[in-house]
Amino acid sequence: MDTILRGLDYGMISSLLSEEEILVQHTARDFVEAEVLPVITQHHRDETFPEELVPRLGELGYLGSVYPEEYGGAGLGAVAYGLLNQELERGDSALRSFVSVQTSLVMYPIWAFGSDEQKRRWLPALASGKAIGCFGLTEPDAGSDPGAMRTRASRTTDGWVLSGAKMWITNGTIAHLAIVWARDDQGEVQGFIVERGFNGFSAPKMVGKLSLRASITSELLLDEVPVPEANRLPGAHGLAAPLKCLTQARYSVAWGVIGAAMACYETALRYAGERIQFGKPIAAFQLSQRKLVWMVTEITKAQLLAVQLGRLKEQNRLRYQLVALAKRNNVWMARECARLARELLGANGIIDEYPVMRHLMNLESVYTYEGTHEMHTLIVGEDLTGLSAFN
Amino acid sequence: MKICVLIKQVPDAGSVLRIRDDESWVEEDKLVFTANESDSYALEEALLLKEAHGGEVIACTLGPERSRQVLKDALSKGADRAIFLHDESFNNLDCNGLAKVFAKVLEKEHCDLILCGLQADDTGEAAVGPMLAQELHLPHVTMVVQTELLDGGLKVKQELEGGWFRQVETSLPALLTIQSGINKPRYASLRGIMAMKKKELRELSATDLGVPATELAPMQTLQRIYVPVKTKETVYLEGAPEEVVAQLVDKLANEAKVL
Repeated sequence: MDTILRGLDYGMISSLLSEEEILVQHTARDFVEAEVLPVITQHHRDETFPEELVPRLGELGYLGSVYPEEYGGAGLGAVAYGLLNQELERGDSALRSFVSVQTSLVMYPIWAFGSDEQKRRWLPALASGKAIGCFGLTEPDAGSDPGAMRTRASRTTDGWVLSGAKMWITNGTIAHLAIVWARDDQGEVQGFIVERGFNGFSAPKMVGKLSLRASITSELLLDEVPVPEANRLPGAHGLAAPLKCLTQARYSVAWGVIGAAMACYETALRYAGERIQFGKPIAAFQLSQRKLVWMVTEITKAQLLAVQLGRLKEQNRLRYQLVALAKRNNVWMARECARLARELLGANGIIDEYPVMRHLMNLESVYTYEGTHEMHTLIVGEDLTGLSAFN
Repeated sequence: MKICVLIKQVPDAGSVLRIRDDESWVEEDKLVFTANESDSYALEEALLLKEAHGGEVIACTLGPERSRQVLKDALSKGADRAIFLHDESFNNLDCNGLAKVFAKVLEKEHCDLILCGLQADDTGEAAVGPMLAQELHLPHVTMVVQTELLDGGLKVKQELEGGWFRQVETSLPALLTIQSGINKPRYASLRGIMAMKKKELRELSATDLGVPATELAPMQTLQRIYVPVKTKETVYLEGAPEEVVAQLVDKLANEAKVL
C-alpha cells in the first residue's frame, strides 16, 4: 500500500495501519493545519477556548466518532480514533481535551450507562456539537482518591437533590450538560445528567491557569440542585462507572500526546537546521543530534505502544492497567520531548511564535490529569505485585 | 445531473524537488503526492452542484498505482464512484494521448458536465481539458470562477487577463476547467471515510478501453528538465544625479519593465 502517514513516521507505523486509518490522519492533519494552528496561539494568549471550531468538529464527525451512526458517530475503530486524537493534540492539548471529554467522558457514560431516551436525546446533539458536555468527578478534596467525594445525591419523592462542588472540570462553563457523580443516601456512587439552567447549578470559570490556556476549566457548584429521576444514568452503579469513563479518556490521552511530541520535534528539527552558530547549523552539533534522536526514538516507541493499545481495544482485550502504563509512558515522553525541544530552540523556545512552550505548558496538566503519573505508576505496580500501595 | 471530475495526482506543493541524474523528470521516491489543487476545487464544485440539483459525481484519474489515492480521497469527500485508468502504456502520454484515453471512457458515461482543474500543478500545460472537449465534440469554458445551472444550460463566470471577467452561457453537456478559489474544498468527514470502502472504484486498462497503442504515440516528448540558471549582475550608474536618474528610469521602464 502506498498510502503513508503524513509527517514523522520513522518506524514505518504506516505499515501497521489500514487505508481508512491513514485517511483519518491525513484529513485531521489538514484540518488542524488550516483551521486550528492559525488561531490557537491567540486563544492561548487570551485564555479562551476556540468555540468557533466546535461546529466544524461536529461536521467532520470528530465528536463521538467511535459510536454507531444511529447516535451520530462514524463507527470509527480505536486506532483511527487514536490517530485523530494525535492530530488534534498536535494542534493543542486543549482541542484534544475538548474532544476527549465530549467523546469519552460525556458521550461514553450516556452510551454505556444511559437509558434509550437519554441516548436519543443527547448523543446526536453531542456528536454534532450542538450540545457541549462536561464530566464532574474530581472535587477540591478528592482528586486521585475519587472515592472520597463529598457530593451527595439525596432521594426525593420525584427525583434527587444534588449538593456539593466539583473542580478542574474541562468545558464546565460552556457546557449544556454535566455528567455529575455523587454518593446516594446508601453511599453508592450514581451518575446524573445535570443540565445548564437547573436551579442551584452554576459553573464559574477558573482563571489564572498557565497551562491548557485555550481550554475552559471550571468549578461546578451544586447547591441543592433538583434533578429528575429521568436524568439519572440507570446503568451506572458504584465508582467503577466513572473509572470506566476515565479509562476511555486515558486511552485518548496516550495517543494525543504523541501529537504534541511530534509538533515539538518537528519544530526543533527545523530550527536546528536553520539556526547557524559557529558557522554551521546547530543540527550539526552532536549534542543537538542526541536530543533529536532521543525524541524520535521515544516518539516511535510511543506510537508502537499506542497502536498495540488500539488493536487490543478493538478486540475488547484491553486491560485498564495497560492503558495506565501507556498514559504514563507517553505523557512523560511528550513532556520530555517538549523540554528538549525548548532547549534546542534556546531563547526562541520561550516565545509563542513557536508552539513548543505552549505544548510544554499544556503537558504539565496532561501529566497530572486523567490520573496522575504517580497514580498510574501505582496502578501498574499493584498489577505487577498484587499489592496496592494506595488502598 | 451526472458530473465527472478529472483529478491528477501531483507532488505536494511543499515538496523539495530533486532532478533525476538523466534530467528526464524529478526523483519521486521521497515526494509526498496529493490531488492537484485546482482539481480539488473542481471536485468541490461538482459536489456542490450535486447537492443542489441531485445526480451523481464520478471521480476519474489516470496514473501509476499511487494515484489511486486521489480517487479514495474523492470518494471519502462524497463522490459516488471512481474510475482508475491504469496501464503501463499510459505512462508516457502527452496531452493528446491523455485526452484520447479520457474520451474513450467518457464517451460511454454520457455525463452532463465534465470538470477539470485549470491546469496541473506539475506540468502546467492547461491542455487536457480543452483537448478532451474537442475529442468529445463538447463546448468548453476555461478558467471558470462561478457556475450557475440554468434550465437546460449553464451560466459561468470566466476569468480573463488583467482582472477582467466575462459571463458565458453554454449548453449541456459541456466541459469546464475550474480556477482555484471558486469555492472552499471540504475535508472528508469521518463518516465519509468509513463509507469510502463500500463505493465502486473501477480500474480500466488500455485493453478494457480498446485504445490502440498507435493512437497514443506521443506527439511531443519531454527533452530535459533543469533548474534555470540564475545570473546576478551589479551595474553602477555613474554621472551627475540627473543623468543617473534618467538611466535608472530607462532601465526600470525598458529592462525591468516595472514602470
